[in-house]
Amino acid sequence: MLGIIIGVGAVIIIMSVGAGAQSLILDQIKTLGTDLVGILPGNSGEDGPPTAVMGVTITTLKYEDAQELKKKKNVPNVADVVAYTKGAGALVWKSNSYDTSFSGCSASYMNVEGGIIEEGRFFNEDEETNLSKVLVLGSTVKKELFGNSQAIGEKVKLNKHLFEVIGVMSERGTVAFQNYDDQVFLPIKTMQKLIAGVDHLGMIRVRVDSSDNIDKAMSDIKLTLREQHDIKNQEGFDDDFTVRSSADALDIITTITDALTYFLTTMSALSLLVGGIGIMNIMLVNVTERTREIGLKKAIGARRINILSQFLIEAIFVTLFGGIIGILFGVFISYLISVGAHLLGYNWNFIIDPFSIFLGISVSTLIGVVFGIYPANKASKLEPVEALRYE
Amino acid sequence: MLISVKNLKKEFRNGEVITSVLHGLSFGIEKGEFVSIMGPSGSGKSTLMHILGLLDRLSSGIYELDGKDTTKMNDDELAFFRNEKIGFVFQSFNLLARTSVLDNVILPLTYSKNRKNVKGRAKDILKSVGLSHRYNYYTNQISGGEKQRVAIARALVNNPSVIFADEPTGNLDSKSGIQVMKILQDLNEAGNTIILVTHETFTAEHAKRIIYVKDGLLEKDYKVEKRRFATKGEILK
Repeated sequence: MLGIIIGVGAVIIIMSVGAGAQSLILDQIKTLGTDLVGILPGNSGEDGPPTAVMGVTITTLKYEDAQELKKKKNVPNVADVVAYTKGAGALVWKSNSYDTSFSGCSASYMNVEGGIIEEGRFFNEDEETNLSKVLVLGSTVKKELFGNSQAIGEKVKLNKHLFEVIGVMSERGTVAFQNYDDQVFLPIKTMQKLIAGVDHLGMIRVRVDSSDNIDKAMSDIKLTLREQHDIKNQEGFDDDFTVRSSADALDIITTITDALTYFLTTMSALSLLVGGIGIMNIMLVNVTERTREIGLKKAIGARRINILSQFLIEAIFVTLFGGIIGILFGVFISYLISVGAHLLGYNWNFIIDPFSIFLGISVSTLIGVVFGIYPANKASKLEPVEALRYE
Repeated sequence: MLISVKNLKKEFRNGEVITSVLHGLSFGIEKGEFVSIMGPSGSGKSTLMHILGLLDRLSSGIYELDGKDTTKMNDDELAFFRNEKIGFVFQSFNLLARTSVLDNVILPLTYSKNRKNVKGRAKDILKSVGLSHRYNYYTNQISGGEKQRVAIARALVNNPSVIFADEPTGNLDSKSGIQVMKILQDLNEAGNTIILVTHETFTAEHAKRIIYVKDGLLEKDYKVEKRRFATKGEILK
């Protein structure tokens, strides 16, 4: 019975957590906006994740590509473009040191990604290109490194270079699993030349003037980049970049979380199977222990079908009872998870799919039937005289 | 003729080994008789009772109950006959544990076609065996004699054609044994057919007729000349 409780409970929890996580991810992506297009280096299949997210460094995207995409003649629907090169390391101010991630980006960052400056200013286009040693702190970095001290105008050390703090971002939180507050922004060229020592980009993000024009913009972006990279094939097989809209990302994430949910549901179905075999064993022992009772019932007129249905109903009752406890247990744990996620600051929805309840009840009943039928049949076939003689 | 047996044989197979228990018995029992089937241990009397009670099938021969050839019946028909025509009283009572006295008596009726006034009928029968004060007791809360009376009530509740009692006093003290034998004799006086299986001459002589089985053969079949009657003073061995 414990197996059934755990199995059904697990199905409920997994389906609930799966739905909750999916809605959380989708909400996060929607807050980013659906008018964003991301360009990553390297080709990828139509549906799979881009190669670049697999941890392979690909150097095909350049700063100049971003510059070309900004031009209205190439991409008429472009609102703005930001190029990124990212890295991580320690930032030092006086005796304080703080490990964080660095976003080398274009001056147009805020036009594309949003965000508000709390103090000071963001860097401008001149600083973007002339290797200025300036940076803007995320709110967490400011807090960790400076505490309540004034940060604007202070010099901080990054990879032997002294940078001037020119701005502090206001708190933004975690969006699409990216912590916007625990990072430092510096001009892209400075990042490439002085810190990372590379000349390629990790990513380009384009904001399109309207989400209705996403498809048009994506095809314009591809055309522009193919021309930039001298790619003749217009089918996309030879592309050394991947263009994805946030809608694509939604699809991919939905696919991944769905697959994960199915996988885990299968695992819990296995535990249901094990539970079912346990029930069968218990029922077999039950039949053996009650052999004399079966014999007596047959002696006073019980037919095969009476004995069969008696044991089958008992098995179903046991598994159904286990299933209902499992459902209550699963709903309760799912609720606790959602409360826990809220406490951690995630906007987690507590979702119980009625289908999962239906599934729990029907599966546990089915297990009762499937694993109860063998012992029940065995009981019903006992010869009355043999059963009565059983000690 | 209620029971008609011709050349009844029974053998048990255990792999290659065949053990012959009954070697061809023939006899008849009329409605309203009180017959003891007697014999030493291993004589085959219990096997005979199991066959007559439709708990086991014979190997060859003919057994007609109430004019019906039982050898041609399927399992469900046998179950129906056991329910409607036969009542059993076992040596070890075979009552359901964790079940009330009343529910034990009701049990045969749940398999019956006639399920009218089930509780009322069961209560009436229990009253007739002197257990009206025990309806709601569990079977582990009553004495051995009371248990056997519950078993008799259960055997009677469907108003069967014949009652089989297999060593009904075997597990009882003599006082309770006498009570049980008294009930069986009274039932017979009221017109019920009783077939008693026992290895004790003393108990067997409470019947009107004795069928003596030895080594799987019918050795004697005779009327009891000096029939014993269960009374208070009697000492039952």
